[in-house]
Amino acid sequence: MSRIEVLKTYKIYIGGQFPRTESGRYYSLTNKKNEPIANVSLSSRKDFRNAVVAARSAFGGWSSRAAFNRGQILYRVAEMMEGRKDQFVKELILQGSTKKSAEAEVTMAIDRLVYYSGWCDKYMQVFGTVNPVASSHFNFSVPEPTGVVAIIAPEESSLLGLISVVAPCIAGGNTCVVLSSNSKPLCSVTFAEVLATSDVPGGVVNIITGISSELYTHFSNHMDVNAVIYCRENSEEKKIIAQNSSLNVKRTFFWTKDWLKSESENPYLMLDLQEIKTTWHPIENIGIAGAKY
Amino acid sequence: MNKTKTSEQPDTSLNFFNDWKYAPAPESKDHIQLKKQYGLFINGEFVPPTSKKYFDTINPATEEKLAEIAEADEKDVDLAVNAAAKAYNNVWKKMPGKERAKYIYRIARMIQERAREFAVIETMDGGKPIRESRDIDVPLAANHFFYYAGWADKLNYAFPNRNPQPLGVAGQIIPWNFPLLMAAWKIAPALATGNCVVLKPAETTSLTALKLAEIIAESGLPNGVVNIVTGFGKTGAAIVNHPKVNKVAFTGSTDVGKIIQKAIAGTSKRVTLELGGKAANIVFDDAPIDQAVEGIVNGIFFNQGHVCCAGSRLLVQEGVADIVIRKLKDRMETLIVGDPLDKNTDIGAINSKEQLLKIQEYIKIGINEGAELHQSSCSLPNKGFFCKPTLFLNTSQSHRLVQEEIFGPVLAVQTFRTVEEAIEKANNIPYGLSAGIWTDKGSKIFNLTTKMRAGVVWANTYNKFDPTSPFGGYKESGFGREGGLHGLLPYLSL
Repeated sequence: MSRIEVLKTYKIYIGGQFPRTESGRYYSLTNKKNEPIANVSLSSRKDFRNAVVAARSAFGGWSSRAAFNRGQILYRVAEMMEGRKDQFVKELILQGSTKKSAEAEVTMAIDRLVYYSGWCDKYMQVFGTVNPVASSHFNFSVPEPTGVVAIIAPEESSLLGLISVVAPCIAGGNTCVVLSSNSKPLCSVTFAEVLATSDVPGGVVNIITGISSELYTHFSNHMDVNAVIYCRENSEEKKIIAQNSSLNVKRTFFWTKDWLKSESENPYLMLDLQEIKTTWHPIENIGIAGAKY
Repeated sequence: MNKTKTSEQPDTSLNFFNDWKYAPAPESKDHIQLKKQYGLFINGEFVPPTSKKYFDTINPATEEKLAEIAEADEKDVDLAVNAAAKAYNNVWKKMPGKERAKYIYRIARMIQERAREFAVIETMDGGKPIRESRDIDVPLAANHFFYYAGWADKLNYAFPNRNPQPLGVAGQIIPWNFPLLMAAWKIAPALATGNCVVLKPAETTSLTALKLAEIIAESGLPNGVVNIVTGFGKTGAAIVNHPKVNKVAFTGSTDVGKIIQKAIAGTSKRVTLELGGKAANIVFDDAPIDQAVEGIVNGIFFNQGHVCCAGSRLLVQEGVADIVIRKLKDRMETLIVGDPLDKNTDIGAINSKEQLLKIQEYIKIGINEGAELHQSSCSLPNKGFFCKPTLFLNTSQSHRLVQEEIFGPVLAVQTFRTVEEAIEKANNIPYGLSAGIWTDKGSKIFNLTTKMRAGVVWANTYNKFDPTSPFGGYKESGFGREGGLHGLLPYLSL
């Protein structure tokens, strides 16, 4: 008799834990032949709000980590994914990808993590400035993370798209709450398992599954969210998100890209989620005119 | 002397006034030539508004009428936007950066040449002390043009691996606190990056923007590249909502900023918002106290407190609270409040009656909330809109006086014990524009500057500005930067 397979329960990821949705709701995922694949959590507003609390509490620690350390942790995520490559490929195929495109997507997603891992301790040098002010002050500007970012991840590019958006966000020291693809949610949950075993502190990335139409207003009107990224095409949702963002002057971005292209990875996406801070300090003005050294 | 033995608070007041009176030193306004009536600057010339409506602009220090200003309606805004779009497509976007730069350099030079005239008009129209308009507003405005002129042909060096392109027509709305300087902050980077401009100055302070329009016309800048339309909120709304405007840049209150952010939702318009603030000026017990007191005074009383980055909350460590507050009160006594044109004046006129009423309302609110009011004993002129330098002691974090932007010479004082408490209190507001830190300890400065959720941090100084230095907020103080290399970004697509 062949062995009975152990099926996986796909849960959501909040604050480093894997709870089911508090709502108790689920939706069924089927393959092309209409056979059931999984029951996925249909997350609620309350799940989202819990995730924001987790993201906010993680922000102080994550943003003040050494840039080098953040780079190492992102690299560790790539390492963990490399080991689970087959699982991701299998899930993508289960959700309709061809083997070839699934493999391409997974390897590119891993490489993208390595790419942003390398940026962690470099973007500050590219985007920071020392400003030659006319008065006798030392003046410098550095990028700092915006804070808690709410992300509605791409619907189609369910793994590569998700990682292409989350990586520049957390590489820059932000924390996030992500709504993953509704039709292809499996990889996002497996990615959460990778995160949980990769030294990424709990709460830095929170991933919930569900429907954008139920959640996008909450993503955009939560007063403790600093920025929203929306990666889908629905223009009505875009408009309402932009309107709601005005409630607390959220930074709002619509990232719709072909995530397979190499130009879709660049540090300017990181810059979108950075605030520029400028610090001034007086310089003592002794011994200038006579200096001969 | 027994007195010093028993008194814990030695007399530190500076009683100059009793034996050292300042003679009046008014700046002459004889050379100022103002037209009776100003039209709208559209497509390179001054034209009357289609509505034929004008409103008065007055000197807030004397309540005398200075000139009549045109009120632009939707039709006028449409003309201006179309002129800008035409200039953009036909001339400006095709012009090499090197040539664009030369026009901007010209504007910088012409402001320098006419600096005195600009300073006097700025003070007459807005009420700020001549010392500030002469030494800060006008030179900084000229420098801003000079700085950004040089960027026009170097944009590829600012953003590695990109090919930056202009956006098109920038609709820009500016406030009344630094009328010419804000016009420069808006126009200079827009032109350097190859955009055309429709700018609306604030209704109480249109004159220097219109004088700048004269300079722009004289500079030979192609018609339509810069258009200046005057009016009220309705005029601003017409700019924001115009379909041919590609970018909105707004400096003003957080309330209006939110309305603008909402209004452009669903469009492809880019936006930058430089909004309100409620900055904490934090004085630690190891601070150089006398310098800190000067910094507190400069932080809150500079430009009558009409400064979005004003240090309007003083957080002082308990150990030095008594001495700092005593010295601050003494210093407030020496501030000269009065004729803005007098070169000795420290605090000029409140910009408008409306604003004065708002400040007075907040003073009432402060008293009703149970805070302890202290004002300098100075006398105020009989005419015009003036407010005594004011501070409130015993305020707490939940007071409206602490949470809300007043935009006047009113300081809310709180105390703290630990560094953590200072950080918590400083950040616990919706705003995040600026902060001040006073301490002799370098490591504390670097700790605090990273902990402040604010765009500009002044350490052992306050209210300093420079064209090379990016300025802008975190949180509800807006987004986008003005000044420096970072100030180019809002006007480019990368």
